[in-house]
Amino acid sequence: MALSTASNFAKPDDAFRAIVEAHQGLSDEQSADLDAALVLVLANHIGDIAVLHEAIALAKRRMLDASQQQQQQQQ
Amino acid sequence: MALTKTQFGYRRHPDQDRAGANIAEHAIVVVGAGPIGLSLAIDLAQRGQSVVLLDDADRIGEGSRAICFSKRSLEFWDRLGIGQRMVDKGVVWSVGKIFHGEQQLYQFNLLPEEGHKRPAFINLQQFYAEAYLVDRVEELPAIDLRWRNKVTGLEPHNDHVALTIQTPDGPYRLAAQYVVACDGARSSLRQMVGAEFAGQVFEDQFLIADVKMTAAFPTERWFWFDPPFHAGRSALLHKQPDDIWRIDLQLNRFADPAVEKLPENVRPRIARMLGHDKFDFEWISLYKFQCRRMNKFVHGRVIFAGDAAHQVSPFGARGANSGLEDAENLAWKLDRVLRGTSPEALLESYHIERSAAADENIRESTRSTDFMAPNSHQEARLRKAVLSLAKETEFGKRMVNAGRLSTPSIYQTPLSTADGDAWRGGPRPGASMRDAPVVAQGGDPMFLTEAFIRAGTRFTWLAFGNGAAVEVPEGVGAIRIGGEGGFADAAGLAVTRYDAEPGTAYLLRPDGYVAARFRHPTREGLDAALARAAGIN
Repeated sequence: MALSTASNFAKPDDAFRAIVEAHQGLSDEQSADLDAALVLVLANHIGDIAVLHEAIALAKRRMLDASQQQQQQQQ
Repeated sequence: MALTKTQFGYRRHPDQDRAGANIAEHAIVVVGAGPIGLSLAIDLAQRGQSVVLLDDADRIGEGSRAICFSKRSLEFWDRLGIGQRMVDKGVVWSVGKIFHGEQQLYQFNLLPEEGHKRPAFINLQQFYAEAYLVDRVEELPAIDLRWRNKVTGLEPHNDHVALTIQTPDGPYRLAAQYVVACDGARSSLRQMVGAEFAGQVFEDQFLIADVKMTAAFPTERWFWFDPPFHAGRSALLHKQPDDIWRIDLQLNRFADPAVEKLPENVRPRIARMLGHDKFDFEWISLYKFQCRRMNKFVHGRVIFAGDAAHQVSPFGARGANSGLEDAENLAWKLDRVLRGTSPEALLESYHIERSAAADENIRESTRSTDFMAPNSHQEARLRKAVLSLAKETEFGKRMVNAGRLSTPSIYQTPLSTADGDAWRGGPRPGASMRDAPVVAQGGDPMFLTEAFIRAGTRFTWLAFGNGAAVEVPEGVGAIRIGGEGGFADAAGLAVTRYDAEPGTAYLLRPDGYVAARFRHPTREGLDAALARAAGIN
C-alpha cells in the first residue's frame, strides 16, 4: 500500500482543528511531547513500514524546501 | 569455584625442539582458548581433525564476563558433549520483566512453548563455561592445547601460514594450513594481517557488579528504566549460579571510572537497589563499548571468529553467543575443505553468513543501547513517549527496547536451495532447525536435536513418513519421522513445526541449519541441494 495523499477526511478542518486544539495551553516542550506520542500512536495504527518511510520522506521534504527558501531569502 | 580447575601448566612441546627451517606442520591452529576457540577445536576434533590450540595465558580469566548462553549455544554444546553440564550448573530462565520507575511495564517469555530440549537461556559465568570446555578438550587426544604460547609473528604463504610463537622457553615456529583467530576483541592476529576494525564508539559508561547474596528474586531478567534507586538511568538485575547476581548500572557519560569503580561508591548505590547491604562483591567492572566488525572474516588462510571479528554492545547477549555460532558455522566447512570434499571457496560462505549475522547483531544491540541512552533531546522525547504509551498499549510495550535477546540469524546464502514449493511455516532454507519431542523405536522419548546428533551431526535428510522414500547418498545422515521404522511424533509437534505433509523432507547442514526442503523430494533434487550446500559448483 502506498501513502495516501488524497484528502481522506470528510471535513479536513475538523481534523486540523482537533490537532491544533490538542496543543492549546501547552508549553512548546509539552507540545513536542504530545506530538511525539501522537506520531507513535498514528505510526502504529498505519502499521506499514513502507508507508511510514514514505510519510517521513514527504514530511522531511517540507523541511528541505523551507531551508532552501530561507537560504534564497538570505542571498 | 572450588571444584573447577582454572589454572593450567605450560608444557614444553617437541615442536619447540625443531631446528631451523624444519618446522612442524599442522592442519589447523586455533589461537585463543576462550569459549569460541575451545568450542571450535572440539567441533573440529569430533569431525576427525587434529587441532593445535594456543593460548597466551595459563589460566581461565576472572570475573563472570559473558553470562547469558542461548538455546542455540546450548544445542551446539550438546553436539560437543557438554550441553548437559552447562545446563546442570546454569540458571535456567526465559522470562524478562521491564520496569519504569516502580511500575512493571512489560513481561516477555522468550520460549513460551513446550517440547524443546533446551531453555531459551541459561546464565552461567564464563569461567565455568570455559572450565567445562577445557575438561572436554582434555578428553580429546586430537586437540593439543598449549598454554603460555603467544603468537608474535604471522607470515602468510600460498599453501600455509607460518607462525612465530613465544613461550617461557623462548620462541619457536610452526606452520599451519589454516589459522583460526579466536583471540578476542584486542586480537593481535587481526593487527598482524593488517585488517581494519572500525565502527561506532559509544560514550555511555556502564558499571557491572557481580554480588554474592541470598535473595528471593525470581530467576528472571529484570530491567529498569529510571528506577527509584538510580534516577534517570537504567539498571539490570540477573541471577547467576552460586548466589551471584549480575547488576548492570548505566552511568553518566562523564563519570570518572576510577572513582565510580571504588567499592565504597558502588555499595550504597546497590544497597538502594536491593533495599539492604547484606552482599559481597565478587567482581566490579566499568565498561564502555564499541560496535564494529572486520570487513572480511577470511584473510586467505587466516580466519577470524568471535570478538576478534566483531564486537557488539552487551545488551542482547549477542557477544559470546554469536561467537559460538561462528564456531559451529566454520567447523564443518573447514573440515570439508581440509578433507578435499569441498572446494576452498566454501570458506567464503562462512564470511557471507557470519558477517551478515554480525551486522544484524550490531544493528539490534545498537538500537537497544540507543534506547537506553538516547543520543539527542528528541530521541529522549520519543523514548519518553514510548515508555508512557507502554503503560496502556500493547504496541508501546513491544516498542520498549531493553535488549532484544540473541536468536540465530537466518542466512541469505549461496548454500541454500530456494523453496520450490508452497510452505505455510517451518524453518526456511538458511534458518536453524527447530526442536521437537519425538519417540525413538523402542519407546525412548528424545528430541529432534538429539536425533540429529545420533544421525552423525553431518548433512542429514529429515524425512516425514508415508511418502515415497528417497534413497539417501553415502555419508548423509537420515532421520525419519513417522512411517515404518521412523521416530514417532507423539505430540504432533514435529509435523507442525516443520509444516510437514506426508513425504516432506528437509536437508539439514552439519551445523543444523536448513539447506533445502521439498514437498515431493527426488534423489536428483537432494543431490543438487547437497552439492550446493557443500559449495560444489
